[in-house]
Amino acid sequence: MPIDMELEAVLRPTQYPMPPYPPKTITLANGKVMVVRQAVREDVPAILKSVHPCLFIERDYYDIVSARLYGELLAWYRYRVKSEYCLMGQVDGYLVGIVNGRMENEKVGMSYHTLAIDRGLRIGSHLFAAKMEYHLEYLGQEEVLIVAESPIGFRRWMIEYPLEATKIPHELGGGDSYLLTREIYFKAKPRLVVGDRPVSQELMAEAEAEIKFADDDTIRERIAGLKGR
Amino acid sequence: MRDVAIIGAGMIPFGRRDEDTLMDMLAYASLKALDDAGLGDKSVDAVYVGNMGGGMLQRQTAIASSLVDRLNLMPAAAETVENGPASGGSAVKNGLLAVASGYYDYVLVVGGEKMREVTGWRATDFVATMTHPQAEYPYGITLPGMAGMFTRLYMEKYGVTREHLLAISLKNQEMGTLNPYAHVEMALDRGGIFDSPHAIVNNPTSADPLHLYDLCPVSDGAAALILCPLEMAKKLAKPPILIAGFGQATDTQTLQERDDPTDLKAVTLAAQKAFEMAKLKPGDIHVAELHDAFTILEIAESEHVGFFKKGEGGKAAAAGKTRLGGQMPINISGGLKARGHPVGATGVAQVVDIVFQLRHELPKNRQVQKAENGLTVNFGGFGNNVLAFVLRRVQS
Repeated sequence: MPIDMELEAVLRPTQYPMPPYPPKTITLANGKVMVVRQAVREDVPAILKSVHPCLFIERDYYDIVSARLYGELLAWYRYRVKSEYCLMGQVDGYLVGIVNGRMENEKVGMSYHTLAIDRGLRIGSHLFAAKMEYHLEYLGQEEVLIVAESPIGFRRWMIEYPLEATKIPHELGGGDSYLLTREIYFKAKPRLVVGDRPVSQELMAEAEAEIKFADDDTIRERIAGLKGR
Repeated sequence: MRDVAIIGAGMIPFGRRDEDTLMDMLAYASLKALDDAGLGDKSVDAVYVGNMGGGMLQRQTAIASSLVDRLNLMPAAAETVENGPASGGSAVKNGLLAVASGYYDYVLVVGGEKMREVTGWRATDFVATMTHPQAEYPYGITLPGMAGMFTRLYMEKYGVTREHLLAISLKNQEMGTLNPYAHVEMALDRGGIFDSPHAIVNNPTSADPLHLYDLCPVSDGAAALILCPLEMAKKLAKPPILIAGFGQATDTQTLQERDDPTDLKAVTLAAQKAFEMAKLKPGDIHVAELHDAFTILEIAESEHVGFFKKGEGGKAAAAGKTRLGGQMPINISGGLKARGHPVGATGVAQVVDIVFQLRHELPKNRQVQKAENGLTVNFGGFGNNVLAFVLRRVQS
């Protein structure tokens, strides 16, 4: 697709400087080690292949979350959103979860979505925690604005941390917004934020070599199979 | 009284069955048991349905009446049996007594529950409605909360440790990966839920000292049995499984009213009655399905039925004595911990699993070799209404 770079310069938002998220590893309940690392823009097409089958899963609002995440990542890929980032979890190279968000300004973060592809292992919790860690500890922000689109999200974020209700609207729209402040984050950190750094060269090389993804049927089964983990 | 045998057993995979209604699940499990029994054109005389929450969760009552219509089993007698999480066991007991009395020849017993239709906390609240309506429920007691307090007392009195509880979690979830009917098919790793600092997120405290993986999941599911007189069962192809003994006992509704809250008297009494009727001792049992809604219960029940002395159950589990191939294999199905706990289905599912064991029809990695006698314990309330069954393989 031809791009008019003069016009493009107008359409592309400016970006805040964003220090990188240092990768970490987390041992899951089944003993597998998940590498949590920051995606780069060029990873987006591969990530979208894992998000696509989730668009058609109604269970637990996967369709809404996936559709919005798909759009957000595409917008990031095509330079249409300001200061967005994406963190992902990989086990044996396979993509098992994705979180994203962006800097609203230097002090306020905007949490977007959390999508766990392999369920029953608290991957969503781990990745959401990594996202909050990024906003508050590496981007140095004061607070993060959060909204839930599913009962699971509400339980995991609003209740488990617990977050503070606010009247400030979240850009995703929806129900009431909540805030994660530095005080709440550091109070919750000992029980919700874990991970080992640095990641071994071997694990990092495996994760970076290829973002593997399961086939559509496997992804659907993992998320919405009969057993419904 | 006539001897009563199980000639048909069926179960559907437990889990989250969004596409099925409660009635669908009961019907599927019933049809599997009817097919398994191979009764041909013969119908059943009566149907007993174990269910705890249809009225509350599905706004559906008279469930047994609906099931006979769905399965076209009219004019069979039909009754729903509600006895908390022991509803399934009570349905089996009712079927057993009906056949033993000589009044009915062929009886369908089915247990089922659809709990995933509501959120986890509503399901927890629903189960808590079995607690004392004045002394417990209004104060927010939940079954996990009760189990947490029980565990703390049991730890202090008998030296049970988190290592012992962990042994149950690891064993039962490992066995669940081998059971096609199990809700949870994920093996746990000791590092991931216990040793690693990351375990604090993977396996958070649910009701101190119990953690997430000490609790059974909330499940949908159903299981069914066909009962008939032993003499008729002997004419069929499959080895009939004799219900050699059963016992039921009750206890105070609240734990604090018991002389010793760690003493599960109803479990002891129910098991004793079942053993006496079967003319067997705990040492004669080759495989058992115990009601491990919480890991501590597998340990406590293994002691109260007489498999191990008080204080030895946890150590036995940690030493591998309750694993397949061990001295006393317990919950080889994965138990409630992995197979799941659709409350009304559990008591029937336990019997179904023992029937599979005693028929010697399971794959090698789940079959207790030469199993001839089995025990089930279905634990209602917090041990205030307990049913135990001793099953025996009979050569046809």
